[in-house]
Amino acid sequence: MLLVVYPLRSLRKGLCRRETIWQYYISILNWWSVSHSQITRLYSRFTSLDKGENGTLSREDFQRIPELAINPLGDRIINAFFPEGEDQVNFRGFMRTLAHFRPIEDNEKSKDQNGPEPLNSRSNKLHFAFRLYDLDKDDKISRDELLQVLRMMVGVNISDEQLGSIADRTIQEADQDGDSAISFAEFVKVLEKVDVEQKMSIRFLH
Amino acid sequence: MPKTPSANGRQVFSYFQESRALWRLTGIIERIETSMEEEIARLNEVNYEFSDIFYFCRKGFEAIVDDAVTQRFSSEELLSWNLLTRTNVNFRYISLRLTIVWVIGVVVRYCFLLPLRITLAAIGISSMIVGTTLVGQLPNSSVKNYLSELVHLTCSRILVRALSGTIHYHNKENRPKKGGICVANHTSPIDAIILTNDGCYAMVGQVHGGLMGVIQRATVKACPHVWFERSEIKDRHLVTKRLREHVADKSKLPILIFPEGTCINNTSVMMFKKGSFEIGGTIYPVAIKYDPQFGDAFWNSSKYNIVSYLLRIMTSWAIVCNVWYLPPMVREEDEDAVHFANRVRSAIARQGGLTELPWDGGLKRAKVKDTFREEQQKNYSRMLVRNGSIGSLSAGTESD
Repeated sequence: MLLVVYPLRSLRKGLCRRETIWQYYISILNWWSVSHSQITRLYSRFTSLDKGENGTLSREDFQRIPELAINPLGDRIINAFFPEGEDQVNFRGFMRTLAHFRPIEDNEKSKDQNGPEPLNSRSNKLHFAFRLYDLDKDDKISRDELLQVLRMMVGVNISDEQLGSIADRTIQEADQDGDSAISFAEFVKVLEKVDVEQKMSIRFLH
Repeated sequence: MPKTPSANGRQVFSYFQESRALWRLTGIIERIETSMEEEIARLNEVNYEFSDIFYFCRKGFEAIVDDAVTQRFSSEELLSWNLLTRTNVNFRYISLRLTIVWVIGVVVRYCFLLPLRITLAAIGISSMIVGTTLVGQLPNSSVKNYLSELVHLTCSRILVRALSGTIHYHNKENRPKKGGICVANHTSPIDAIILTNDGCYAMVGQVHGGLMGVIQRATVKACPHVWFERSEIKDRHLVTKRLREHVADKSKLPILIFPEGTCINNTSVMMFKKGSFEIGGTIYPVAIKYDPQFGDAFWNSSKYNIVSYLLRIMTSWAIVCNVWYLPPMVREEDEDAVHFANRVRSAIARQGGLTELPWDGGLKRAKVKDTFREEQQKNYSRMLVRNGSIGSLSAGTESD
């Protein structure tokens, strides 16, 4: 049994009052049931990003990463970490969002069919991507929402009319029930041939 | 390689792509080396696909988990512990024997080594102040230069001993000569002492207050160092002019400059500011690599002030480093300063076994410029409108 001593001060701040440190650890393991060393590495990463040393990350902490700041979708990705209306994310929330990008291992496919679906299943990965588009959370990607994402990705290099026609065409291709918006089911159908598991996964080296 | 200064954004982007492979080997996640074009390959004729965001998404998350830049602004992680608590990031209790060895180590370092080192440092600093003040009284002559060199070298050597420094110099035949400019990678304020241990340089820097200011005022009488007031530093032309005057005088000592502008943790070399390379003259590159097993020389200025930094240095085991003098380089006819700076930087990185990063060391404190994001957006737009398929939008969806 490995004895790990986390810096208790900052960890305590991330806990709900009811839970003990051990339950916290176990709940993280449930989402990410691979090696303990990965959690330790990610915790070091979390603390190194946490400049304020109060056990939580703010949006500024993420924006300090240059490679993320130059990513066209950087702001949306950062928003994915913060639950509704909050400005701070603790380690549990950090791991929960990262867990979407865990690769799907083969031996897990046949595991536990009765339990809740793991966060990194194909369906949940697609749901994560859907939420990046769907800002107002009405379970539909409207033309405006698609245009917003497109504008973020192309910057100033394409005119409004061109972008509008691209958006119209894309929606036309995917829309099946004729409401000029994409529901989650239509989204899944459009992406059925895409290797989501490979494109939306991060592999750890050890 | 684009030669126009305005292509800086594209240069950075291509450097970024090329130099990824080196540091990926030591990362904690496996990075897949595909370009944007390969990843966003088209399944069918539609211009935009919902899956296009997957590429940016994954890149974003990879950056969150492990990125190349922010890790350079904190101390390097060691593969095996060197019995200093400060390097024991993920504390794990291993055995009683190891703890006892560690306690003995603490006693040796704090009770035995530290007082000796502080005494030596005090002797070194006071003899430097006294010596240079005395030499400064002499009129300008070759005797004065000789004595000033003697004083600087001796005091430098005392100070290096005060830090228990073991320095190996390589390729001494390439040592910087008078009238040249010496550039090196920057890890800590100690770099200057390490280099002056083996030769005399004219320092360039800002005027400080306190003890530093006293040392600066004393040494400038003996030897023509170039100290700038805080207000003068902002005026780039003034700085360049003074440096140019200094370099033009071939009897003056070589200038020592650290073009990164800030301390980096000695695992990589970041962007060199082009100012030092516009002055002209011969550049003598020097690579400095510290051995992290004996002590961490990196100064994390956002975490520690100079006094606690020196205390940590003096309670490490030792400072062991290698200094390589590289052959002199000059700017070629049609080469611009940025390109020349990158060339020098590559030479230093290759010699010191450091990775090269095109990112600016100033990112330690400042935000990244928007031009890099615009570069990515431009690349993506180019992909989106390639094959002139925008024109066929009005023609309808015949491809399906």
